[in-house]
Amino acid sequence: MIDYIQPDYEVVRNKDLCVKCKVCVRQCANQVHAYDEKRDALYVDNSKCVNCHRCVSLCPAHALKIVKTDHCFKPSANYTEDIIKDIYRQADSGGVLLSSMGTPKSYPVYWDKMLINASQVTNPSIDPLREPMEIKTFLGKKPEALEYLPDGSIKTEKYPNLELKVPIMFSAMSYGSISKNAHLCLARAARELGTFYNTGEGGLHEDLYEYGENTIVQVASGRFGVHPAYLRAGSAIEIKIGQGAKPGIGGHLPGSKIGEDVSRTRMIPMGSDAISPAPHHDIYSIEDLRQLVYSLKEATDYKKPVIVKIAAVHNVAAIASGIARSGADIIAIDGFRGGTGAAPTRIRDNVGIPVELALAAVDTRLREEGIRNNVGIVVGGSVRSSADVVKAVALGADAVYIATPALLALGCHLCRSCHSGRCNWGIATQIPELVNRLNPDIGARRLVNLVTAWAHEIMEMMGGMGINSIEALRGNRLMLRGIGLSQKELDILGIKHAGE
Amino acid sequence: MEDYEQFRQVAEKNREGNVRIPSGCAICGYFSRKGNALPASDAVNAMSYMHDRSNGLGGGFAGYGIYPDFPDHYAFHVFYDNDRAREETETFLKARFDISNMERIPTRKVYGIKGAPLIWRYFGTLLPEVKAHTELDEEEYVCRSVIHINTGIKGAYVFSSGKNMGVFKGVGYPEDVGEYYCLDGYKGYCWTAHGRYPTNTPGWWGGAHPFNILGYTVVHNGEISSYDANRRFMEIYGYKCTLLTDTEVITYIIDYLHRKRKLTLSDVAKVIAPPFWSRIEKMEEQEREKLTTLRNMYAPLLITGPFSIILGYPGGMMALNDRLKLRSMVAAEKDDVVYVSSEECAIRSICPDPDRTWSPAGGEPVIVELDKECVK
Ligand code: SF4
Ligand code: SF4
Repeated sequence: MIDYIQPDYEVVRNKDLCVKCKVCVRQCANQVHAYDEKRDALYVDNSKCVNCHRCVSLCPAHALKIVKTDHCFKPSANYTEDIIKDIYRQADSGGVLLSSMGTPKSYPVYWDKMLINASQVTNPSIDPLREPMEIKTFLGKKPEALEYLPDGSIKTEKYPNLELKVPIMFSAMSYGSISKNAHLCLARAARELGTFYNTGEGGLHEDLYEYGENTIVQVASGRFGVHPAYLRAGSAIEIKIGQGAKPGIGGHLPGSKIGEDVSRTRMIPMGSDAISPAPHHDIYSIEDLRQLVYSLKEATDYKKPVIVKIAAVHNVAAIASGIARSGADIIAIDGFRGGTGAAPTRIRDNVGIPVELALAAVDTRLREEGIRNNVGIVVGGSVRSSADVVKAVALGADAVYIATPALLALGCHLCRSCHSGRCNWGIATQIPELVNRLNPDIGARRLVNLVTAWAHEIMEMMGGMGINSIEALRGNRLMLRGIGLSQKELDILGIKHAGE
Repeated sequence: MEDYEQFRQVAEKNREGNVRIPSGCAICGYFSRKGNALPASDAVNAMSYMHDRSNGLGGGFAGYGIYPDFPDHYAFHVFYDNDRAREETETFLKARFDISNMERIPTRKVYGIKGAPLIWRYFGTLLPEVKAHTELDEEEYVCRSVIHINTGIKGAYVFSSGKNMGVFKGVGYPEDVGEYYCLDGYKGYCWTAHGRYPTNTPGWWGGAHPFNILGYTVVHNGEISSYDANRRFMEIYGYKCTLLTDTEVITYIIDYLHRKRKLTLSDVAKVIAPPFWSRIEKMEEQEREKLTTLRNMYAPLLITGPFSIILGYPGGMMALNDRLKLRSMVAAEKDDVVYVSSEECAIRSICPDPDRTWSPAGGEPVIVELDKECVK
């Protein structure tokens, strides 16, 4: 059969520099590099290269680079190369196209169209190196009223809240889609940072129960690995209704990633595909959600906050308003640019809305309805830097979820081939030799470094605005200005344009 | 004429509520614990010592215990742009209140005060039939009536609505405003004063301070960086921040926490300017629990950025600085009188020999109230 598709990348080896150590041959799980002993020469198969940079990073002689091929189709703004290739692929396979990580399409990134304020003259900026700067955050429902007791102490309704030392948590990534070592890195980093990581829908490996205090356990439509001890293991329970990269559909973990440990943790047979259904089959309406929220609370003695995670879709504000009345303590909104271990390409690239708009709409709606204090709001789905965090908080978020930046910190090079199960960096794979490449101690350190660096930057920006406590930034939209946005976009974001 | 029209248009466009106007200021207040009638002229004098902290674009005073003849009447002070607004407002008031007295507030001509609106005051009590039919408690009803006039009747603005107290404010230097309102004739157990230094040029009298709602008055010096977070929280509870000023939102926060949620004022101060977490963590258990709960439940009401405020309320006065003390504020005491001011010179001008003076720490409120036996 003729292969209609030419490789996207070319692996270029500088023969003058190469010392023929064969590291690249050993490191590439995709078998791009081969060594021919007879000829004492190295060869490459470009068609297998996913551009993950493993060989490039490990080559001791810096002899390798990967370049985008300049082989081309006749240029067309309509039938672009990607579209042509996708059609070839589907004509070959007859299947749904699969991709991983967030959409690469050039949709507007609203974070980059908002600018942050700073104080001058009338109001001093605050120097975080000299003054305390507070970013501690509580997530969950707040009581409205209090009563004084005769001894002067106060009495209020008590709701379970999560206490975060930094307003950044690691978003759901299941054991199965990522490796045990990757989970260990996240768990250790979360503990050291005083924040939380999220198990995703794949259950909790028995070795990770000890990190329970910094764990959010997820309950998704497949209910993989859900049992009473699991629910009680974490500090909060997240019901996953949807994911930004693939709203409206369930999860899919190929059987090849389901070995002994994953099978035991997920409570499914080895080698079988783990397919979680699109909806929860016990949630067909908001009343049903309420029942699930309360049965989870019942199972954990009302001690743990329940998070409901939804994908940012057109009607997100009304949906969030329903959730805020369902007894849930926290709403997590996942934007459509968010990552995924595997999703149908068309859905990833076309379904949902940007998280910035969703967040603004939800925060505004909950305030209008007077129920903003019933819930915490967490946003994820392409929060890429500390500036994005500051903007999210100013729009109204209590905290953010990050996943892709966390994987990048662990060495991910965004090759977007997680669904293949052969992640050369030991992250999105279950192949023991590859998993061993990720050292949990080093990985945890890199995650701690990343979040600590962001925390410092958040404090710098807050200080610049003359704000020394993150609660004074939350929902403080006056601290944002739009740049190059239409009036409609400004109205939805609830901000003014730069210069106004 | 054309010039005037142009000025009016610019003033209208830049008036509070249409833009957010940061301003620096001078504040001052004093309070007699024994409830002795202190002259307003002291406040006027004290403010003149801080002349340079104002720029002639706003000054005002609030006095408590100043209407002993009408101690149980709501005293409404109202600015009108024209008689039509006045008639409409009077119809509105008369339908709800038994008005025992109405008059133009006495003023005198003062060089430096121009563009004054019509200024009236009314003493009234809520009509029993209105009281019987509303689901709201009385104060809430009065409060909403005031908001209704201020947002619903064009050209009318109620700038004082408490009992046995009153606000006097306008555009000009505070000393001139005091002179204009003939404050030399008023006495009360508490006075607060404000001189304004806004960073642009509004010419609207309603935008001057003190800001008032029911018995609460606030004078404030500073620019808060948490403004929009505070405002958006208050709007959840139905407070409409129409002036877009810090003072307005601070007053609403105090009204919400103190009047509606019944927090003690020292706890209100702990919500607005709480201790840092690092300090809270070191406190003993009960206090730590309490502060953690307060900070968590009312997190959006924490105020950041520089401020010093003096809150006047029936029977008391509270002065408070932001948690970093980014604005100057000095307190002093002499016998039963407590003074607070942006600068010590203002205090010494009216009380040359105080028993003690001190500089209250950031977030530490100075609260003075009438001695028990002095409360009627
Ligand atoms: S890793 Fe680099 S030096 Fe070693 S064989 Fe490959 S290209 Fe040559
Ligand atoms: S996790 Fe691994 S497979 Fe997935 S994008 Fe990153 S490097 Fe590629």
